[in-house]
Amino acid sequence: MSAVYPQPLAWPSAGLVSLEGVSRLQVVSGKGGTGKTTVAAALALALATEGKRTLLVEVEGRQGIAQLFETEALPYEERKIAVAPGGGEVYALAIDPELALLDYLQMFYKLGGAGRALKKLGAVDFATTVAPGLRDVLLTGKACEAVRRKDKSGRFAYDYVVMDAPPTGRITRFLNVNDEVAGLARIGPIHNQAQAVMRVLKSPETAVHLVTLLEEMPVQETADGIAELHAARLPVGRVIVNMVRPRMLDATDLELVRTVPRSSLAQALSAAGLGGARRGGNAERLVDPLLRQAAEYAERHALEQEQRAVLGELDLPLHELPLLAEGMDLAGLYELATELRKQGLS
Amino acid sequence: MSPDPAKAQDAARPHLSAARVLDIDPLLDDPKTRIVVCCGSGGVGKTTTAAALGLRAAERGRKVVVLTIDPARRLAQSMGIDSLDNVPRRVKGTEGGGELHAMMLDMKRTFDEVVEAHADPERAAAILANPFYQSLSAGFAGTQEYMAMEKLGQLRARDEWDLIVVDTPPSRSALDFLDAPKRLGSFLDGRLIRLLTAPAKLGGRAGMAFLNVGMSMMTGTLGKLLGGQLLKDVQTFVAAMDTTFGGFRTRADATYKLLQAPGTAFLVVAAPERDALREAAYFVERLAAEDMPLVGLVLNRVHGSGAGRLSAERALAAAENLEEPRIVDQGGGKAGLRNSPDTYGSSESPASATPAPDDGSPASNDDSPAVESDSPDDSSPDADTNADTERSVDQLTAGLLRLHAERMQLLSREQRTRDRFTARHPEVAVVEVPALPGDVHDLTGLRDIGDRLAAERTELS
Repeated sequence: MSAVYPQPLAWPSAGLVSLEGVSRLQVVSGKGGTGKTTVAAALALALATEGKRTLLVEVEGRQGIAQLFETEALPYEERKIAVAPGGGEVYALAIDPELALLDYLQMFYKLGGAGRALKKLGAVDFATTVAPGLRDVLLTGKACEAVRRKDKSGRFAYDYVVMDAPPTGRITRFLNVNDEVAGLARIGPIHNQAQAVMRVLKSPETAVHLVTLLEEMPVQETADGIAELHAARLPVGRVIVNMVRPRMLDATDLELVRTVPRSSLAQALSAAGLGGARRGGNAERLVDPLLRQAAEYAERHALEQEQRAVLGELDLPLHELPLLAEGMDLAGLYELATELRKQGLS
Repeated sequence: MSPDPAKAQDAARPHLSAARVLDIDPLLDDPKTRIVVCCGSGGVGKTTTAAALGLRAAERGRKVVVLTIDPARRLAQSMGIDSLDNVPRRVKGTEGGGELHAMMLDMKRTFDEVVEAHADPERAAAILANPFYQSLSAGFAGTQEYMAMEKLGQLRARDEWDLIVVDTPPSRSALDFLDAPKRLGSFLDGRLIRLLTAPAKLGGRAGMAFLNVGMSMMTGTLGKLLGGQLLKDVQTFVAAMDTTFGGFRTRADATYKLLQAPGTAFLVVAAPERDALREAAYFVERLAAEDMPLVGLVLNRVHGSGAGRLSAERALAAAENLEEPRIVDQGGGKAGLRNSPDTYGSSESPASATPAPDDGSPASNDDSPAVESDSPDDSSPDADTNADTERSVDQLTAGLLRLHAERMQLLSREQRTRDRFTARHPEVAVVEVPALPGDVHDLTGLRDIGDRLAAERTELS
C-alpha cells in the first residue's frame, strides 16, 4: 500500500451511477463490538423505506443477520426478511464462499460435475480458504454482481445493496483484494473478474461507512481505517457513532455535583421519598453510591467528549445512534432505521 | 481510570449464583500451567485480559511471555512492544520476583522466519521472492491465525518461559485459529499439492484412472481460472515448500496437540452482551468438541452499583417527585411546596450553585458548555437564590436518580444475558471483571484489571 494520502473524497459524491446521490453499494465496517451488523441492517431498512428494494449481504458466515431479524439461519440464497415502512422490502443473503465459487464455475464454465470433483480434491477448500484472496474476491464479486444485476425490464434488481463487511482492521485489504489478485493473476478470467469488481468498488457507486463507539480504541481504529481507505482510493462514506448513551447530567449538574454538600443531597433524596436524611438513614446512605456513579459518569462523559473531538477532525459526515435501553431487538432495529432516515442517511 | 477500588463496586454487585466461580490466581500460580489462550469475539477486551493475566502472573513470581496480536497503540507503547520486531521484549516496571516479556505478532516476518529456518538460503530466497508466497504471507485468510499458532509453538519450544499467555486474532469466524493450521497443513501436504507439483507421477499408477481424469480436468480448470502464470507461481511455490518442509501437517498437528495438552488452559473472554455471549457459548461448545481444555469464562465490563437496593422504578419515581415542585418553582418561586423545606436556607450555598438554565430536562442533549455564562436572574432576592439553589440541588438529585435508574436497567440486562449463558453452560466457571469508565493503557491499569480478575474469590470466601 502506498503512503500517499489523497485528498478526502467529497461527500456526497456526484451522483454518477447512484440514485438520488446515495451510493448503491453501501459497505458497513467497524471494529468488533461496535454493532456494525446492527447498523448495516438498520441502514438496509432505512434505504428500503418508500417502496425501495434493498439487499443486505453478510460475508463472514456468522449468521448475524438472521439473529438480528429473528429468523432461522440464512441459506446461500436471497430471501425476503423484512418489510420496510411504505412498502419497501429487505432481502438478505449470507454469502458462502464455497458455494459462491461453485456458482461462479457454473456460471462461467458450466462445470456442475467438475465442481463436485474439485471439492473432493480439496480444491474448493484451497480456493476459498488458502489461496490468496480468492475467498475475498468471491465475496466482493458476489456483492458487486447483485449491485449490477438487472431484471428483464432493464431495471436494477436491487435499489441498494448493503454489505455487513469485515471489521475496520481488515476492510481495506478486503475491498482492495481484487487489485492485489488482478496483479497476481495478470491474465485470465480471475483477472478480469477482479478488475470488474474493483471498478465498482472504487466508483461513487460505493460508499464505505465506519461504525464506532465513543471509546478510544474504536475511534483510533476508525481514524486509521479511514487513512487506509483513502490511501487505497476507496470511497469513504460516513462515520456512524453507535450506542451513544443518553445525556443524564448536564454541565450545571456536573459542576454542582463536585461542590454540593452531602447533607443537601440527602435531604433532597429524603424529600423525594427515599427515607431518612440523617446519618445512617436510607436516603443518606444513597448519597455516596450515587455520587460515585456521578463521578464515573463525569469521567466517561469527558472521555466521550474527547473522542467526539477526535472524530470531528476526520472531516466526514458524523451520525449518532442512541443506545437502546432495552437492548437490541427487531423493534429497536426499526427505531434505528427511522433515526438514520431522520439524519439523512437514506 | 477509576479511583475507586474494585471492591467498592463489587460489594453490591449481585453475585453469580448458579455458575461456578473461576479462581484466577491458582491457575496462574500452578507451575503446571504453561500456556493460557484467551479467545473470544472482537471488542470484548481480549488483549487487555491477556496482558493483565501476564502481568499478574509475572508479579506473582513467574517468568511470563505475552503474545499479542493487535494491541491498542498506547497499551503496546506502555509495554514497550510497539516496535514490531517479532521477538519478545522484557517489560519494564513490573513488581515482584517474576519477569514479564511481551511481543506483538508480525505474521509476515514469522512466516519468513519459518521459511528461512527450514530451507537452504538459495531455496529460501526463491520462496520469499515468489509473488504467490508474498500475498499468502502478507495476511490472507487464515495466515494470521496460522502464524499465531506457529509463534506459540516456537515460544513453547524455546522453553525459556514458565508461562505463555496468548491473545488470539480477531478471526472472521471465532475459531479460525484452530482450523487454519489444519487447513493450511492439509493443503500443503495434500493431494492437491502433489497434483500441482507432479501430475505426471500420478498418471502412471494403476487404479488411479478415475482420479487422473478428475485431476487433469482440474489442472486445466485451475489454469483457466487462475491464469497460467499464477498457476505456475503456485506450482513453483508449492514445489519449494513441499521439499523443504517435510510436512507442514506435522507442524500443524504438533501445535494442535500442544493446545490439547494438560498444561494448556483456554479462557473464553466475553462482555455481558448478547452477541459476545452467544459467540462465547459457541467457543465453549467448539472447544469441548475439539478436546481443548477450557478453564472458564472471563466476563469483562460488568456493571455494578453501590445502591443496588434502590430499584430503577423507585429511582425514577423519586426523580419525578423532585422535578414536579421544580416546575412550580419556575412558575412562581414557591419553594414552600417542597416536601421537607427544613434547613436548606441555612446551608451555605456553594459558589457554583448558580441557577440552572432552563434548558429542558436533565437528559437534554445540549452539550454546550456555555451554560455557566448564563447570568442569574437580576431581580432575585436572597430567598429566591436559596430557592434556586434548592431547585438546582433537586434537579441534580433527580439527575443522579435517573443515572442510577439507567445503571440498574443496564445491570439487570447484563444479568439476564449472563444468566442465559450460565443456564446453557452451568459447567463453565465464570469470573466477572467490573467495568472501568476509561480505557486501560498502562501497567497500573493492567494491575488494576488483574486485581479485579482475582477479586471475586476473596470476596466470596
